[in-house]
Amino acid sequence: MTAVQPALPEEKSAEGSVDQRREFDRLIDADMRIEPRDWMPDAYRKTLIRQISQHAHSEIIGMQPEGNWITRAPSLKRKAILMAKVQDEAGHGLYLYSAAQTLGIDRETMFEQLVTGAAKYSSIFNYTTPTWADMGSIGWLVDGAAICNQVPLCRASYGPYGRAMTRICKEESFHQRQGFEILLELMRGTDAQKAMAQESVNRWYAPALMMFGPPDEDSPNSQRSMAWKIKRFSNDDLRQRFVDMLVPQAEVLGITLPDPDIKWNEERGHYDFGPLDWDEFYEVLAGRGQANAVRVARRKKAHEDGAWVREAARACADAQAAERMAS
Amino acid sequence: MNHSNHVVSTAITAESIADSSVVASEAVAQYALGLGDDALVLAHQLGEWIANAPELEEDVALGNIGLDLLGHARSLLTYAGTAWDKSEDDLAYFRGEAEYRSRQLFEQPNGDFATTIARQLIASVYFVALYRALSLSADTTLAAIAAKAVKEVDYHVDHSAQWLERLGLGTDYSHERMQQGLDAMWPFVDELFRADPFAADLEGVAVDPEPLRAAFDAKVPRLIVDAGLTVPTVSPAQGGGRLGRHSESLGPMLAEMQVLARAHPGANW
Repeated sequence: MTAVQPALPEEKSAEGSVDQRREFDRLIDADMRIEPRDWMPDAYRKTLIRQISQHAHSEIIGMQPEGNWITRAPSLKRKAILMAKVQDEAGHGLYLYSAAQTLGIDRETMFEQLVTGAAKYSSIFNYTTPTWADMGSIGWLVDGAAICNQVPLCRASYGPYGRAMTRICKEESFHQRQGFEILLELMRGTDAQKAMAQESVNRWYAPALMMFGPPDEDSPNSQRSMAWKIKRFSNDDLRQRFVDMLVPQAEVLGITLPDPDIKWNEERGHYDFGPLDWDEFYEVLAGRGQANAVRVARRKKAHEDGAWVREAARACADAQAAERMAS
Repeated sequence: MNHSNHVVSTAITAESIADSSVVASEAVAQYALGLGDDALVLAHQLGEWIANAPELEEDVALGNIGLDLLGHARSLLTYAGTAWDKSEDDLAYFRGEAEYRSRQLFEQPNGDFATTIARQLIASVYFVALYRALSLSADTTLAAIAAKAVKEVDYHVDHSAQWLERLGLGTDYSHERMQQGLDAMWPFVDELFRADPFAADLEGVAVDPEPLRAAFDAKVPRLIVDAGLTVPTVSPAQGGGRLGRHSESLGPMLAEMQVLARAHPGANW
């Protein structure tokens, strides 16, 4: 992440002059980057704040389902990889919060939005992780879907976001690989291990496909984000790309994807796949998933338990600054 | 000495030891096992902070420190295992509480952030002295593990010392918590510097912990006083970790750590 001073939006220029609007459009059309001090339409700024903070929250909440297995990882090597992975997610959250801060919102406000439910995070993290194989499924399916979503974001028109995503994507591909390896090891193992892997993939497959968001015809925000080149491909295009990637990988694993309708379509040059249960998606989105309340409560508790530590750090820094001023 | 000297590498890892033909002698393995357990037990507990720390930067920092220590533990346990044809995981997951050799400081539960910082400061200053001396060991594998570790634990001291200062000088409340953290951990300082029963017959190979106390005494009390805190005067605990006598918290910790591996004996992960 490049450290950039927050560029606070100037009230007066929200509409922008003709020249400012023209310059913004020129940069977008020329596939160039918008930087924090450039003029940008308010709606563009708001869309970015919503998307980047939601992404940051997803990284932070996403630490919990995997953090659940750090203490029980079944080998020291897996324990080390899992600790590194969950720690990477905290790092991703940090880059993304920093990117959002360049748009004039502070971390404390974003945190408030998360714990009050004003800001969303990816619904996938409201699913629980009852088995070790879920560490494999999260890596392979959830991080795999995230990569399909995120690689195009490396070219997002907003500079700090695109640059943060470039770094994040490099780490995500390591995450996906380690998830695949966990499942591969299980599928080469005992009958109990194979069953554990298959059962886990059965649970995660459909929720992972729904991570791309509702079908295009039901996704009102997508069109504008595509016009602004924040988003580069539609939800359905990305979902198709993901399924096309998964099918051959599932064959290598020897795992059955839980969808009897998956079939190669010669004419389309893609795999066909069956309908998804969008009612479940909207249920989880509305807060009625397995762990919505638990995830937010846990984040809130860590934040509140740590309040005295952050306060002490601030007090100490203030005292030292005052001392330097006096001397 | 019945150990071979095949591993000489600046970037020694558990994997590179396992892949080499190096075999620890019985005595060296017994010694390495104790050091490995110390690092493992502490690493495991630091892992519990990830996603629970007071700020995201500390999720990352405590996770990093835990990962470094886990790396040390893996190298030491892998090396110890070469003597008995056992893997790091055989040793970590299939020994019971009484067979663990960890010293009791490392077993103390995380408590609040100040308690963790107190434990980490004491541990890190001890590790710096230990690994600095061990990097000169006649056993080249132990020396290589220690040479790599010493650079890492040196940074861990800085992290803890900075938090000691912030919490000691920050607010009245943080000052009180930090003092309580130090008071709670101080009884376990003594044991770190008592003779290691498995180091006795390994002159030039193992490190005698007793002389390391001077470096600790020259550093830690001064840091405590500079942070406006009081050096605790509590009585030392009896100790005995190297002989399998542990704090009550170790059993539950191992039960959690080992549960999945033990449910599938012989499985690979």
